[in-house]
Amino acid sequence: MPSDLLLTPTPQSMHFANELLLQSGKSIRAYDISYETYGELNADKSNVVLICHALNASHHVAGVYLDAAGQPVKKSEGWWDTMIGPGKPVDTNRFFVIGVNILGSCFGSTGPMQANPDTQQIYGADFPVVTVQDWVNVQALLLDALGIETLAAVMGGSLGGMQALSWTLQYPDRVRHAVVVASAPNLTAENIAFNEVARRAIVTDPDFHAGHYGRHNVLPKRGLRIARMIGHITYLSNDVMNEKFGRQLREISSEHASGYRFSTQEIEFQIESYLRHQGDKFAEYFDANTYLLITRALDYFDPAAAFGGDLSRALSVAKAGFLLVSFTTDWRFAPARSREIVKALIDNQLDVSYAEIDAPHGHDAFLLDDTRYLGVVRSYFESKVLL
Amino acid sequence: MNSQFEATPLPLPLPSADLLSIARLVPQGSRVLDLGCGTGELLAYLINQRGCSGYGVEISDANVQACVARGVNVMQLNLDEGLALFADNSFDVVLQIDTLQHLRNAEIMLRETARVGRMGIVAFPNFAHWPNRLAVLRGRMPVTKILPYQWYDTPNIRVGTLRDFEALALQNQLHILDSFGLQDGREVRFWPNLRATRAVFKFQGQLPL
Repeated sequence: MPSDLLLTPTPQSMHFANELLLQSGKSIRAYDISYETYGELNADKSNVVLICHALNASHHVAGVYLDAAGQPVKKSEGWWDTMIGPGKPVDTNRFFVIGVNILGSCFGSTGPMQANPDTQQIYGADFPVVTVQDWVNVQALLLDALGIETLAAVMGGSLGGMQALSWTLQYPDRVRHAVVVASAPNLTAENIAFNEVARRAIVTDPDFHAGHYGRHNVLPKRGLRIARMIGHITYLSNDVMNEKFGRQLREISSEHASGYRFSTQEIEFQIESYLRHQGDKFAEYFDANTYLLITRALDYFDPAAAFGGDLSRALSVAKAGFLLVSFTTDWRFAPARSREIVKALIDNQLDVSYAEIDAPHGHDAFLLDDTRYLGVVRSYFESKVLL
Repeated sequence: MNSQFEATPLPLPLPSADLLSIARLVPQGSRVLDLGCGTGELLAYLINQRGCSGYGVEISDANVQACVARGVNVMQLNLDEGLALFADNSFDVVLQIDTLQHLRNAEIMLRETARVGRMGIVAFPNFAHWPNRLAVLRGRMPVTKILPYQWYDTPNIRVGTLRDFEALALQNQLHILDSFGLQDGREVRFWPNLRATRAVFKFQGQLPL
């Protein structure tokens, strides 16, 4: 039953009629951005926390949706529901939290699935390449439209952490605190390599049609499945995967003493079954062009590039206080990458705290319920944010 | 939630008498790095009472959270992995209060302290304090208020004395600016190696000639 403690957000949309110039030099003439809000904006608008999402998420950060009968929709919890809500580390009794959807997404904001207002054709592959900086610019425009000048905090994990970091560089006077979780100052070659494999899986799907699959009434689901499977492997740790699945067989064959069915095509191991299931689920709801755009934005992000690779110089414009969190078993966004950011912030004598959580779950830990992780974020918001 | 990690706002107790004595050694307005800062008590005191700024370094989850809850900047790092995060001479004072005795790389950390800070302040339990000597004379390792562990399960993997530290400082070309013993917050300058539970050293790296 919905109660006072149950967040039941309603997705909203903001239309922007002004042309947006993108980092690539291309532009978008008009666009919509989806967002959700939680909690109450205070009188002087000083309690705003902006949440930036990661690769496959959306503006639906916390709470559950209600159906027509007013009942909570099953499994409709926001992706950071452990973190954000009444009494949670980012307490919506205190803060006005905005979950924002990136431009180019497939969750309501203008993206490749929408029609280009100039041509009335679905964008598909013609949707311009967007960057983390572009997303932050759009978020700033959304705040302008909402009449919000400054953020008490901007927060995100993974790709969302990159957006939070970028906020402190693009709009240093508009951000008081940045919480950057399981993130990095740029992707390593290995990370770009994983993204490239995922992209190749998508673009080589026979149903991809150079990104204009919509015009052919098909979807490159096979490619998306494989992209998701690759991604999923890298978000977990070897230990967690072993603990969860080990070498368990899905079905034990009675024909062979080994229990194997001696097939290269069928699912033998539980982990295969799990990955295929995850891939199938993902291919049902995610758009292939959006996946390509977002992984590319990840590849491009590198605030130090304009400073000859000197991250300390790149971050010298930042004014915010920072909390960084990493997880010891996260090998895609390893603690060493967070420490690079921390070092650059220390070099600039900024206020920064850094928690390195010894969690077993790999990159996905940033979405999970770990008391040390949630505790340190809670403490940061209670002691620093809004002071 | 696990109560150990529940974020209740921590009271701000005055540091113990020894900590207050050490705090007096830190010049007003210094930029401070506190290695093994625990719950951030001393750093919070230096920030609030002496206009200092800086960071703590801690390894324990609960202590890191306690520091954050106090509003003290803290880095969760293992000191045995060095101080790569901090640039040369980037702090006025580097503190190692009751930290040295837990470190595997105590000597390297001492050099790192001299590299990162313009001044280092080290405090550790003085093993040469007379009750300890008495215990050893009786043939047993001491168990005291400041060294409250049995020899087989102590986290204090290094035990040393004022004289030992002087030798180590000399060996690493550290220039000792001041040293004394601490006994319940009082400075002990007469026979400190015998008469004080705690050793305190103020030092800096060898200045170029």
